[in-house]
Amino acid sequence: MYKYDQYDQAMVDTRVEEFRDQVRRRIDGTLAEEQFRPLRLQNGLYLQLHAYMLRVAVPYGTLNSTQMRMLGDIADKYDRGYGHFTTRQNIQYNWIKLEETPDILADLATVEMHAIQTSGNCIRNISSDQYAGASADELVDPRPYAELLRQWSSFHPEFLSLPRKFKVAVIASATDRAAMRLHDIGIEIVKNDAGEIGAAFYAGGGMGRTPMIAPLINPFVPIDQLITYSEACLRVYNRYGRRDNKYKARIKILVHELGKDEYVRQVDEEFAHLLTQGIEPPLAELERIKPFFADPAFEAGASDDLDRSDPDFALWVDRNCHAHKQPGYIIATVSLKPVGGIPGDASADQIRLMADLARDYSFDELRVTHAQNIVFPHVRKADLHTLWQKLDAAGLSTANLDQIGDIIACPGLDYCSLANARSIPVAQKISERFTPAKSDEIGELKLKISGCINACGHHHAGHIGILGVDKKGIENYQLLLGGCEGADTSLGQITGPGFSEDGIVDAVEKATEVYLANKQGEERFLDTYRRIGMAPFKEAIYG
Amino acid sequence: MVETQFRFRDDEPVADPAVTVDSFGDQTNAAAVRVEPGDDARELLPFLDRLKLVEVNFPAFTDGRGYSAARILREAGYAGELRAVGAVFVDQLGHLRRCGFDSFAPNAAIDPADAEAAFNRWPDVYQATGDGRRPIWAKRHGHEQHSNDQRG
Repeated sequence: MYKYDQYDQAMVDTRVEEFRDQVRRRIDGTLAEEQFRPLRLQNGLYLQLHAYMLRVAVPYGTLNSTQMRMLGDIADKYDRGYGHFTTRQNIQYNWIKLEETPDILADLATVEMHAIQTSGNCIRNISSDQYAGASADELVDPRPYAELLRQWSSFHPEFLSLPRKFKVAVIASATDRAAMRLHDIGIEIVKNDAGEIGAAFYAGGGMGRTPMIAPLINPFVPIDQLITYSEACLRVYNRYGRRDNKYKARIKILVHELGKDEYVRQVDEEFAHLLTQGIEPPLAELERIKPFFADPAFEAGASDDLDRSDPDFALWVDRNCHAHKQPGYIIATVSLKPVGGIPGDASADQIRLMADLARDYSFDELRVTHAQNIVFPHVRKADLHTLWQKLDAAGLSTANLDQIGDIIACPGLDYCSLANARSIPVAQKISERFTPAKSDEIGELKLKISGCINACGHHHAGHIGILGVDKKGIENYQLLLGGCEGADTSLGQITGPGFSEDGIVDAVEKATEVYLANKQGEERFLDTYRRIGMAPFKEAIYG
Repeated sequence: MVETQFRFRDDEPVADPAVTVDSFGDQTNAAAVRVEPGDDARELLPFLDRLKLVEVNFPAFTDGRGYSAARILREAGYAGELRAVGAVFVDQLGHLRRCGFDSFAPNAAIDPADAEAAFNRWPDVYQATGDGRRPIWAKRHGHEQHSNDQRG
């Protein structure tokens, strides 16, 4: 875990005081809402349908137990006893009072947390692989690079009024667990033929109303030029990204309209210039950061045995746990998707319990995943059953990871002022429709729901995606099939006319029936769809 | 013309009226230019020796192109006055200053005490932007500032 030094601490403390001053001026009327809006957004504060919503940053999704406990305490003290984990690996609170936000930020700062740039037209909180540092398949831990980028992007004075929001993901594994190519900039840490570490840059991906998969723009940026190259990418975007239409303002439109080659040419020109400017931190800074992410003190020779005699436990292990790089250890994921629940929600008590369990069983570390779940990255297999029992007693042992019930959903019209339709009730009905046995039979199926075309629920990247729209004042749901994030990223295709709230649940069920009837061997839903195409699904759904 | 409210320079202000970027090259006696958000500041680079004042206009404070224009000029060695003009509010002052602006002509006057607090808000900074401030990484590792700050 990264630990702040006096400089990092001073930066967040200063931000708290700056925001306290801005809120004071807003409340006494000297700061107009029009000018306050971008300021509060860059502190993660939205004005939603019913109240203010505060989004707290969890840089690259990594937390310690003290931080997690604070998130639970904030839910109790300033909200209604709940927090909502988001697809950017952050947490948001839906019932916040404007005048209390400076105090919340002050509380967060005591545990090295903040809400800096979790919203607004700036470089957002940087996301990463939720299994970083634990998974056997990674080249290196991507988080030191993400931390270097976090510092560079925090309050970067040139890039605080970009044409639109800017999302960066950093991974270091060929198995992309962070939807890297659906980001404004996706960075994969790679090794070249000479054995040197560098960064492959992808630019111009994104979801929203015009989903695009980011093309590779540079296969190898030397690691001691990472910041300079990022700055070149951002400067070209800041200067030439469209500002005439907010729906065409993301970098994906610039890359698309210029063409990848022309964007790359402009970046290269800016890069060559910026290399003469001395803006790159020395490698010593990266080396300073790296030890914070060193392996915890794993017990050598820890047993790989697991007592699987409890069938419920065995099922949860099979569904929710992943192989760890260290013998005798395992990665355990808590699904925040109980049947009939709100995807990503956790109560203050649950949050504090997970904090305690991370302290006792996972070297004090937790991760938030972009699928809105919580990970214990380093669990000794000998402790796994005890961990599971404690989770089970708190309603946190749902065994459905990556299954149809493990739904990503945006807050939708229940909370969000941009939404056209509700997402949460649809998620609840779908999770209630499929029994655990049926979900097991279907296997891996990533279902994602957005309540409007802004696509916060990642519907383009769902094996099954659902998009809520407003059709003459009535909520209507469109169905998409075949989307996928990760190494084989693809965008879902719309099946045809939309459905009512109940109709969409039926349509999803029919799609799973087509899959089960056509499945060959070990094919997942996505594989079968890719092999047989849209037609059989369409026929079953509309026929 | 909007009044310059804050100025961090000791030289005499230039009284010349600013001309547009596209006409500046042809007006060989002009010393002041006004950069609009859509202008390419690099078009001015051949004329830096006779340029004494660059006004960068912010018609909307949310349009951040002027920040890049300012840095590009400073990075190229421009040492004359760089003035932010238009929709400039107190909460942008510190960031503008970091990008190289050294004078400010806001449409609406800013409370001087608020402005002073804004200019002095951040004890340290994470990035090297050529404004002469040593970034945090330089302090951590004992590096001298090695950006091309031309303004001493």
